[in-house]
Amino acid sequence: MAKKVALMQGNEACAHGALYAGCNFFAGYPITPSTEVAEVMSVELPKIGGKFIQMEDEIGATAALIGAALTGAKALDSTSGPGMSLKQELLGYACIAEIPCVIVNVQRGGPSTGMPTGPSQSDMQQAMWGTHGDHAAIVLTPASCQEIYEETVRAFNLAEKYRMPVQIQLDEICAHMRERVEFAEPGELEVIDREAPSVPPEEYKPFDDTKGLVPPLAAFGSGYRYHVTGLNKAADGFPTTKAELVDAEERRQIDKVMLNQKDIQKNEEYLLDDAEVVLFAYGSTSRSARYAVNELRKEGVKAGMFRPLTMWPFPDERIAELADQAKAIVCPEMNLGQMVREVERVAKGNCTVAHIGRVDGEPINPGQIIDKVKEVL
Amino acid sequence: MAERYEIRFSGAGGQGLITAGIILAEAASIVEGKYAVQSQSYGPEARGGASKSEVIISDGPIDYPKATVVDACLAMTQVAADKYANGIKPGGLLLLDDDFVKNVPEGDFRVVKIPIMRIAKEDVGREIVANVVALGAMIALTDVVARDSGETAVLAKVPEAFLDLNKKAYSLGFEKVKEAMEQ
Repeated sequence: MAKKVALMQGNEACAHGALYAGCNFFAGYPITPSTEVAEVMSVELPKIGGKFIQMEDEIGATAALIGAALTGAKALDSTSGPGMSLKQELLGYACIAEIPCVIVNVQRGGPSTGMPTGPSQSDMQQAMWGTHGDHAAIVLTPASCQEIYEETVRAFNLAEKYRMPVQIQLDEICAHMRERVEFAEPGELEVIDREAPSVPPEEYKPFDDTKGLVPPLAAFGSGYRYHVTGLNKAADGFPTTKAELVDAEERRQIDKVMLNQKDIQKNEEYLLDDAEVVLFAYGSTSRSARYAVNELRKEGVKAGMFRPLTMWPFPDERIAELADQAKAIVCPEMNLGQMVREVERVAKGNCTVAHIGRVDGEPINPGQIIDKVKEVL
Repeated sequence: MAERYEIRFSGAGGQGLITAGIILAEAASIVEGKYAVQSQSYGPEARGGASKSEVIISDGPIDYPKATVVDACLAMTQVAADKYANGIKPGGLLLLDDDFVKNVPEGDFRVVKIPIMRIAKEDVGREIVANVVALGAMIALTDVVARDSGETAVLAKVPEAFLDLNKKAYSLGFEKVKEAMEQ
């Protein structure tokens, strides 16, 4: 049988990817340029017995997301910059209480209300550091409608596997352009469900790490009773201020991500083998970068592209290698210098690191990238 | 077909040009299995003022998703013609509704004129199908997809009660441009 294909926007592809992953709960508050994610979920979830809730605001939406996830639901929320700023407190709550859920941020101009209809990539550091306190983050940056579909499935898998919130950072261009999307058949893409406890309810401790860095999560309503709090807590879920327990808990929540980077990292390397100049690009900007690489190659410039699909945790190891190999790494981003900071940190001065920033609501075009590459070489 | 072929539909908000772009992208990527990306101007200007919808079609994967300089441009209004005619490739194509574009832009492109709104209103009988007339016209002008593929995509998009209306609109747009090109 021929596969189901359709022309759709990136936002629509995101919603369909979530449904493939088994998402059965959506809470959100509409905001340009993310609203199509919610629109599709509002149509599709009732058909499969799922729940769609438009909450009173973005804070309420993330609270609902957390509550639903604790009952065993696979939960999705979508928003844009102003909404993402409101969600930060509850994002931190999901981090410390280790609650699997997926939040999509379709980036637009900012700060504050900014430019609702203009593309941007200026929430990239917020995705990592927007919520306070030491924590790990998993943040994905797909660049085509098909990839958004598939990476949304991966976002849910990572959320479930590592028992934590996962963010998908889109930009208005990827979110609103339409491309052909091929729907995966059941079983074609891996779908991971969180590990359920293997002990009876009376023995269950929601943060017991004796068997691994990711403790199994019981669903509320399944007979298991436990305590959930935003305070630092002991294995049984109740608050503690015992120094050694707090320290171990804080470190474990970061270790579960940082020690599993091989599983979490994903990137595309394009013509890097002999590259003297590496474009570090993600989201819609990576499409301009690929165009630029092809043009530069025609002119004999040894250009290549490193495109992270997992932006956080940052791909330190590979960027360090590329900094040793290349003369320059050029970072085009629709912001005034965010991920370039990470590239500079990891490159440690071993190659030139240059930035191309654009914040006028227009995409970075291939010509701008080509000019910059010629300037730095 | 060229590696990357860019088409822009421009006119006034509410003329259905975004839909025309979507249907063309569906004809290319769903019916014919090529690669296509459709995007549009977005925001306040999409209602009332100038509106545009862009489609890029290619035999291979498409990197930069926005139009650079287009191979073919439709202008339904004078404002759109004035705004977008200078974004056409040398030797490209400009399709005009000549009832509304009186001052024909000059440049290194071929101009083809048909009265798109009038065809929709008088020959098909409904102004609302002007975008489908425009789509048929654009496909006749560019050969970017086969005539049948465009029709298949149109008919897959519209409710059953309006199949004949849209079929007629598509055919008339296609044929009027072919006639205009022979002159």
